[in-house]
Amino acid sequence: MTILVIAEHTNAALAPATLNTVAAAAKIGGDIHVLVAGSACGAAADAAGKIAGVAKVLVADNAAFAHQLPENVAPLVAELGKGYSHILAAATSNGKNILPRVAAALDVDQISEIIAVESADTFKRPIYAGNAIATVQSSAAVKVITVRATGFDPVAAEGGSAAVEAVGGAADAGKSAFVGEELAKSDRPELTAAKIVVSGGRGMQNGDNFKHLYALADKLGAAVGASRAAVDAGFVPNDMQVGQTGKIVAPQLYIAVGISGAIQHLAGMKDSKVIVAINKDEEAPIFQVADYGLVADLFEAVPELEKLV
Amino acid sequence: MKVLVAVKRVVDYNVKVRVKADNSGVDLANVKMSMNPFCEIAVEEAVRLKEKGVASEIVVVTIGPATAQEQLRTALALGADRAILVESADELNSLAVAKLLKAVVDKEQPQLVIMGKQAIDSDNNQTGQMLGALTGFGQGTFASKVEVAGDKVNVTREIDGGLQTVALSLPAIVTTDLRLNEPRYASLPNIMKAKKKPLETVTPGDLGVSTASTVKTLKVEAPATRSAGIKVKSVAELVEKLKNEAKVI
Repeated sequence: MTILVIAEHTNAALAPATLNTVAAAAKIGGDIHVLVAGSACGAAADAAGKIAGVAKVLVADNAAFAHQLPENVAPLVAELGKGYSHILAAATSNGKNILPRVAAALDVDQISEIIAVESADTFKRPIYAGNAIATVQSSAAVKVITVRATGFDPVAAEGGSAAVEAVGGAADAGKSAFVGEELAKSDRPELTAAKIVVSGGRGMQNGDNFKHLYALADKLGAAVGASRAAVDAGFVPNDMQVGQTGKIVAPQLYIAVGISGAIQHLAGMKDSKVIVAINKDEEAPIFQVADYGLVADLFEAVPELEKLV
Repeated sequence: MKVLVAVKRVVDYNVKVRVKADNSGVDLANVKMSMNPFCEIAVEEAVRLKEKGVASEIVVVTIGPATAQEQLRTALALGADRAILVESADELNSLAVAKLLKAVVDKEQPQLVIMGKQAIDSDNNQTGQMLGALTGFGQGTFASKVEVAGDKVNVTREIDGGLQTVALSLPAIVTTDLRLNEPRYASLPNIMKAKKKPLETVTPGDLGVSTASTVKTLKVEAPATRSAGIKVKSVAELVEKLKNEAKVI
């Protein structure tokens, strides 16, 4: 049994979600190979070779893979993946974009966002926004799976010494082209990797008031998130959304400020180790999942909290 | 150009589902069903393209039980021109749905297929991408902006770090994210008119598609619940607890 893990990377560096995906592969058992498909991605490939437990790194270096366009990357993964028992990718926006295209090319079902490995063919995954957990079994020849990072503790980034092998294969399918991207620039940690997350909801009232959360976050070294209500209201961009349709986070400490606690939001953060809720409505459902609840006006409580931490 | 919109009938977004006592699934008896929220956004986008004169015809398709006609009528009331129900009482996996949609695409030859990025029941986020592989079309997933220009469509996508824009050759597939648009409500006269719009019913057999699956659900359980903790009286007490009890700051 050999498992192919699709690396999540920026060409220059490996993304942390790759380590969680390798951890899921290790739970399944068998040899682990990592595919780094990119352009001028040698640094990411070298980093992949150092991951603990990885036996081999395959590098597909081609300009067509620079921006991870699924029309180009999926045929490569399907071609290379045929001989493997499992193909795993992180359930990031990139993994979600590419892997179903791989599964259909291989004519197999995909299992999305597993949170636990029961055996080599049986997995647990959340459905209905995390209101139910399904145990599913696959009889597919190649099991194509995306992995929710918060379900698996990352393996060590150092300690391995895998052989790195260049591979060729599919290139530009000619269906799509990269036009541009606007990436949020922030000195704060990435939302899904942060140890502390401070999130704001509709109670923030407007986008400008998020400055209180940024100040608190900077004091704590935290990332800043938001509920769907805050995103829908236009306070902050969608890439800050925590929830069923946004990012799934599980930090050591999650501070929910002015968030009522809709089930869609809880689905994105209820696996956090410690949850703090600050809300002036003592009936808010967020208090049912919070370890520490503070019924207070957030505009008084947050600046005070910033001063005291 | 012709636009095909795929929609799904799912448990209403506001319903809190319960797991059945025998762990065979979730209890959907007497539960309100609606169009999947992302599919509503897909219908709205198609209607806007028609209002701009970009789309000439909107065909809406669903795969589901006979009752899924309700969601097709909703889409017709919102502005779709005609509807296709691929009737299947079984709960189908994304690959089977993508194969059925491929058969509909072959027949209808749309220039653009718009669908939701994920259904809020199975939370798979697979079908659009799978249809991309089966048709060979380019895919613009998690779209927050769609602009058709000549024989291309520019799609701005919501990605983890921000936004990415790709240009796809037509025909192409777009899957919708939340910020693409705000769906309208159907007016009463349009609901009445929708009753007279054509709705065709076919079966997977008619389309020559096998819906066999390699994945089976062994059991469905309620998630581990988190119990409520304590209420603190002041910010000072909160900070003290976080430092000394939880030891997280």
